[in-house]
Amino acid sequence: MTREVTAITVRPARRLAGGTAAGLGVAVIYLSLIVLIPLAAVVWRSADQGPGYFWRSVTTPDAWAALTLTIGASALVALINLVMGTAIAWVLVRDRFPGRRVLDTIIDLPFALPTIVAGLVLLALYGPQSPLGINLAYSRAGVVLALMFVTLPFVVRTVQPVLLELDTEMEQAAASLGAGPFQTFRRVILPNLVPAMLSGTALAFTRAISEFGSTVLISGNLPFKTQVAAVNIFSQIEGDNTTGAAAISTVLLVVALVALVSLDVLQRWGRRRG
Amino acid sequence: MAIEVRDVNKSFGTTPVLHDVSLDVAAGSLTALLGPSGGGKSTLLRVIAGLERPDTGTVRISGVDATRLSPQRRNVGFVFQHYAAFKHLTVFRNVAFGLEIRKRPKAEIRKRVMELLELVHLEKLADRYPSQLSGGQRQRMALARALAVEPQVLLLDEPFGALDAQVRKELRTWLRRLHDEVHVTTVFVTHDQEEAIEVADTIVVLAGGEVVQAGSPGEVYDNPANPFVMRFLGPVTEIGGSLVRPHDIEISPGPVEGGSPAVVSRVVRLGFEVRVEVKVGGHDAWVQVTREQADRLGLGPGDTIHLRPVPGARSLALAL
Amino acid sequence: MAKHALRLVAVAYVLFLLVLPVILIIWRTFGDGLAPFVEALTSPSALHAFKVTLTVAGWAVVANTVFGVVTAILLVRHQFPGKQLLGAFIDLPMAVSPVVVGLALILVYGRFAPFGGLLESWGIQVIFSTPGMVLATVFVALPLVVRAIVPVLEELGDEQEQAAHTLGASRLQTFVRITLPGIRWALGYGIVLCLARSLGEYGAVAVVSGRLVDQTQTLTLFVEERFQNFDQPAAFAAATALALIAVVTLLLTKLLRPKDRIDGN
Ligand SMILES: Nc1ncnc2c1ncn2[C@@H]1O[C@H](COP(=O)(O)OP(=O)(O)O)[C@@H](O)[C@H]1O
Ligand SMILES: [Mg+2]
Repeated sequence: MTREVTAITVRPARRLAGGTAAGLGVAVIYLSLIVLIPLAAVVWRSADQGPGYFWRSVTTPDAWAALTLTIGASALVALINLVMGTAIAWVLVRDRFPGRRVLDTIIDLPFALPTIVAGLVLLALYGPQSPLGINLAYSRAGVVLALMFVTLPFVVRTVQPVLLELDTEMEQAAASLGAGPFQTFRRVILPNLVPAMLSGTALAFTRAISEFGSTVLISGNLPFKTQVAAVNIFSQIEGDNTTGAAAISTVLLVVALVALVSLDVLQRWGRRRG
Repeated sequence: MAIEVRDVNKSFGTTPVLHDVSLDVAAGSLTALLGPSGGGKSTLLRVIAGLERPDTGTVRISGVDATRLSPQRRNVGFVFQHYAAFKHLTVFRNVAFGLEIRKRPKAEIRKRVMELLELVHLEKLADRYPSQLSGGQRQRMALARALAVEPQVLLLDEPFGALDAQVRKELRTWLRRLHDEVHVTTVFVTHDQEEAIEVADTIVVLAGGEVVQAGSPGEVYDNPANPFVMRFLGPVTEIGGSLVRPHDIEISPGPVEGGSPAVVSRVVRLGFEVRVEVKVGGHDAWVQVTREQADRLGLGPGDTIHLRPVPGARSLALAL
Repeated sequence: MAKHALRLVAVAYVLFLLVLPVILIIWRTFGDGLAPFVEALTSPSALHAFKVTLTVAGWAVVANTVFGVVTAILLVRHQFPGKQLLGAFIDLPMAVSPVVVGLALILVYGRFAPFGGLLESWGIQVIFSTPGMVLATVFVALPLVVRAIVPVLEELGDEQEQAAHTLGASRLQTFVRITLPGIRWALGYGIVLCLARSLGEYGAVAVVSGRLVDQTQTLTLFVEERFQNFDQPAAFAAATALALIAVVTLLLTKLLRPKDRIDGN
């Protein structure tokens, strides 16, 4: 809406001349030097020694194990978030109880907490010295736990505003037309939440596949067992195999882009019916 | 009686909203719930639909006690001021919703929905989403959706409140005609007295959470129960300590029996009618006359005239 | 009934995943009083890590704030070809693993890369030193300021700015007197987010810093290194310090968040 209004009121011809050109120049150079050229260099380096080498780098046993673990665990974590994130958003919007606002604030903690600290605190409660007697250190469950921690806010924060804006009269209309609570949820509420739920899930998934810091301590980085892709890349860099590292990085970039592009398509689809 | 409301009380927190409300709605009637904003009209309508629980009192629909029934079991059609359209469903699926819930056969649903869409003139827009409709179209869709389940009563909460003046006028006439065709017992809420008089066959005036008067539009207009109703239903002016309709006043150039002397302060010509503003007994009043009468009297500012209610005019003494 | 069950599940999930772990580490840190905490954080290595962290985060926040304001104004107020593309590129860092960020910077600014070699011959070392760490931090925190300002600029509209122009204000005057006050809360929100992200960055910095103790070691690297060397008290103390910073950030952003303010906070 606002974008369209802006587009009408601005007079492009007059503005592009001075300020725009200078500002645009600065922004493009900044973005290129820091983000675009380096990322292009990664992709370039991965293809450096031909497709055969790329394929071999990606399919070395440890790299392949790391990639499949990363994508599998991320998919699982995305699914957990889909359910739990929606449930938490629901409780935050529709439920009333003391401490609700505190809960609402705490949800953003994973965004603010450094990932290495996240890993450390999880290890304290779910590691060898766990006061609960649950030891997930050096296990795949530990990796999943770390990914659950860092991705918690995504679904909650995409579903929550949609739920807040959802017209409750729509639910009353459904009830007066004979729909029971479950039918109202399935036929009226859920379809209106699905686009937000899916985009939150896609965001959580892209975050999970790229996660590094939180898994370092709790996973123990055991190749073939708990080593995630980012850690595998890290060890390849340490071993001076930048071409191999670049190949796995490229795979991660492509998977993330595919997830984000599908998300964009989903959002357009959702907006069409807005 | 299609709807019988008995001694309903309802408070939100400590704020009383409905106070001992009783109401009868005859089967097949088109009843307007009229009153100022905040008077409790929506709350009463929502109590009838089961969307609010009354604190005390009962609601009977078609002779059955519905007080404890959930809205989903009342078989009541409800139309919301802001449409409450299902945004994720097409016009067709919106209207089909209640029938799908009732698990009617596909072919029957299709036939019924298309009939209704024709009735509300939306048959060409069946595949659109609500966001692709105008306000008036959305409201007609909501109406068709409510009618689809063949409700025992149809309840509309300020159905035209969110529309612009032009569309409002059109839909009013259209609702009247629709009711003549469908005959479903209908209650609609409005704060616009003109709308109520034009559309309804019964008007119930609700103010401050109480039913102040109920009757046909003519009765309520001509025999208002109190000054409040008289003011709310049409223009009034005050002459000789009484409230009178400005078109029920006779102007004479000379003194007449039972008349009050007045001085003209302004004459405003509004097309066919003329508004004569006067000072009478130290305060402002006004009289509505036709252009012909005004021309015959040749009124101008400063003229002294004499006013009295026309024979048979209804006036209400104001307690002083 | 179902309502209570759902509430219980949601609260328990957040409690066991977020709250209890953080509380446990704070409790372990302060279990023996304040002294060990202070001692652990005032060791020369810890103090040096603080200094490096603040230097790197400071530069990164300044750079991203300037870039963020310029880019947000470009995106909202100006028309130019490729605008959508610029918008998409801004969000790109969100989808990139911190380790890949580090690798990307090494491939361009490393000693053996053409560009890095050129800088090296001018006596500027980027990788394994502060400039590289600043670049890495800038990369990961890049979208935060832009994304905080854009919605507020859109909502503000440009009528006030045009009014200022018609009253004789120059571009700079208009920016300082009209635009900046209009976006100050959002800008504050963006800067706080950016600062928190910069202070807490681990992966990208781990790659480009070379993790040289007492040289390029930031606070997050300090946590990891101390933990791996079985110095739990120091690791817990630094982690607690970072967690407290995160909590303060959380409360600050809650205070500054533009949406909450509009709701009549
Ligand atoms: N859900 C509610 N909670 C609290 N107060 C309410 C609620 N619904 C209505 N009210 C109050 O009840 C009074 C009557 O409201 P309403 O029935 O909507 O009046 P009307 O429809 O005649 O304008 C108003 O003072 C309103 O503020
Ligand atoms: Mg109302």
